[in-house]
Amino acid sequence: MHIVTILRLNPVLTDEIELTDDGTDIDREWIGVELNPLDDQALEQAVLLKEQTGAKVTAIACEAEGGEKLLKTALARGVDDVLLIRLEQDEDAPAPSSRARMPLLVDVISKLSVDLVLTGVLSTDDLYGELAPQLAAELGWPQASAISDVKLEAEFVTVRQEYAGGVASYLEMDLPAVIGLQTAATPPRYLPGSKLRDFLSLQVPEQDPTVNFANDLSGQTLLELPDTSGGAEMIEGSAEEIAGRIHEILSERGLV
Amino acid sequence: MMNALIFVEHSDGKVSDATIEMAVLAAGAGLTCKGVICARDASEIEELSTQLHVFETLIAVTDVSLTNYNPASALIALEAVVSSIAPDVVMISYSTAGVDLGAALAIKTGREMVGYVSELTVNGDEISVASQIYGGKLIARTKISGPSVLAVMPGAAKPDAGAKTSAAPVVQMMQVDLSATRIRVKEVVAPDTSGLDLTKSEKIFCVGRALGGAEKLEIAQAFAESLGADLAGSRPVIDAGWMPKVHQVGKSGTKVKPKLYLMAGVSGAPEHLEGMADSELIIALNSDEQAPIFNKAHFGAVCDMFEVMPALKQRLQSGS
Repeated sequence: MHIVTILRLNPVLTDEIELTDDGTDIDREWIGVELNPLDDQALEQAVLLKEQTGAKVTAIACEAEGGEKLLKTALARGVDDVLLIRLEQDEDAPAPSSRARMPLLVDVISKLSVDLVLTGVLSTDDLYGELAPQLAAELGWPQASAISDVKLEAEFVTVRQEYAGGVASYLEMDLPAVIGLQTAATPPRYLPGSKLRDFLSLQVPEQDPTVNFANDLSGQTLLELPDTSGGAEMIEGSAEEIAGRIHEILSERGLV
Repeated sequence: MMNALIFVEHSDGKVSDATIEMAVLAAGAGLTCKGVICARDASEIEELSTQLHVFETLIAVTDVSLTNYNPASALIALEAVVSSIAPDVVMISYSTAGVDLGAALAIKTGREMVGYVSELTVNGDEISVASQIYGGKLIARTKISGPSVLAVMPGAAKPDAGAKTSAAPVVQMMQVDLSATRIRVKEVVAPDTSGLDLTKSEKIFCVGRALGGAEKLEIAQAFAESLGADLAGSRPVIDAGWMPKVHQVGKSGTKVKPKLYLMAGVSGAPEHLEGMADSELIIALNSDEQAPIFNKAHFGAVCDMFEVMPALKQRLQSGS
């Protein structure tokens, strides 16, 4: 059994976001990046399945920068193998969307004899479609997103799919399949710095893309910061003053 | 005039509000609309169609594998319908089904795809949409000139603003072979209401990822008790295992409408807003002045939640 987990870097959303002058992308010069939190869940679930079934797990990243460290972290977390699809990209160019990257990942997956692909259900910049359903549509495999439980058997995988309002269902999917993971069975494990250091000197296998990016609508998209003029009435001052004003608001409405 | 095909979502015999909202949004932009619905059999279609007066025409696919939502069967059915009638735009709600089907349908039918859509306008042969991305911190404005799939955010239009036709829609049954489906629904699980039921809470105190760790929950719980509120968490808090799932508010959790929704360290991603935007009073504390929750909350403060919580707790306990 061979599981592939796909890992993506996302901008850190708690950092201040600024736009490039032409409004086609966020200014990436100073903003930090982190493993997409939902891909982090997918990574954890893949390692849990390895521990439960003995499956082999390969982590794949498709990045211009930062992919090596990402994959070394995945090795330290317990995956067996990694592969970096190295993007050659102008540092000022917008990062390719999940839709644009999809053919590169399909090309690699279709050559690896894969039974199950696990990736995060979404990435906050998936403007032109989420990755898991696109991969599955192109590969011709079944797919389910918003998954919170995965049980792997010889011919199929059983997953729990979450819907609004706390409703869920258990789906039996033929293999090979693609899963857009929401939540791993247990939270992503803590990785001690000492363990990561053991992997930092390893050489990450790389390959250049052998197919082109897919077209998306990024050339017809402009970004802007939301108009906040009609938003919240902001409470200024010290913590004491803010607490005082909130208490006043709650009292006026009979909520305390 | 351009036309739209809208995917009708339903559960337990009820059509989703988001379905009606999409019909209102499309009609408001000047698109003519048809609905497409998947269900177990003709009698279920007939019952559901009484809630679908926003459509004059409903295209229906029935099969035993569509008794409950099935991602593989629904995709085969939807692809067949879209290939048959070739609408200009396919609209699907940004729900679990929308994530499963929207992007996949775009690939299968060679269409452009735009997600997180909250605004829609049509100018001649061109469609313009606005989408909330990066957790709601940015707006993306995209122009589309070819056949497309749009994943529309719940709440993009008011469902009661729809101009209803006087009669139920004309139903056109379409035969689609779903025998090749490779997913089987084994069990449907109802929501767990054995413990906390946030839908009944009058006051909710919700914490986000900025809480920092499970060890801080004690502080949040004590504060919630001083406020007489139930404690809730955003998705990252639940995914990290700091709180059980029953405490989750948002798209993949519980939808709530309390008298007070006080939130600390929750950025306000669209997925969270979907679960609490109708709260009567929303007060947001966040250290990030760009947090999108400040666009939705009634009152907000850029602050350290761990400084404001004890100060407010003291006032709540002293009554002044």
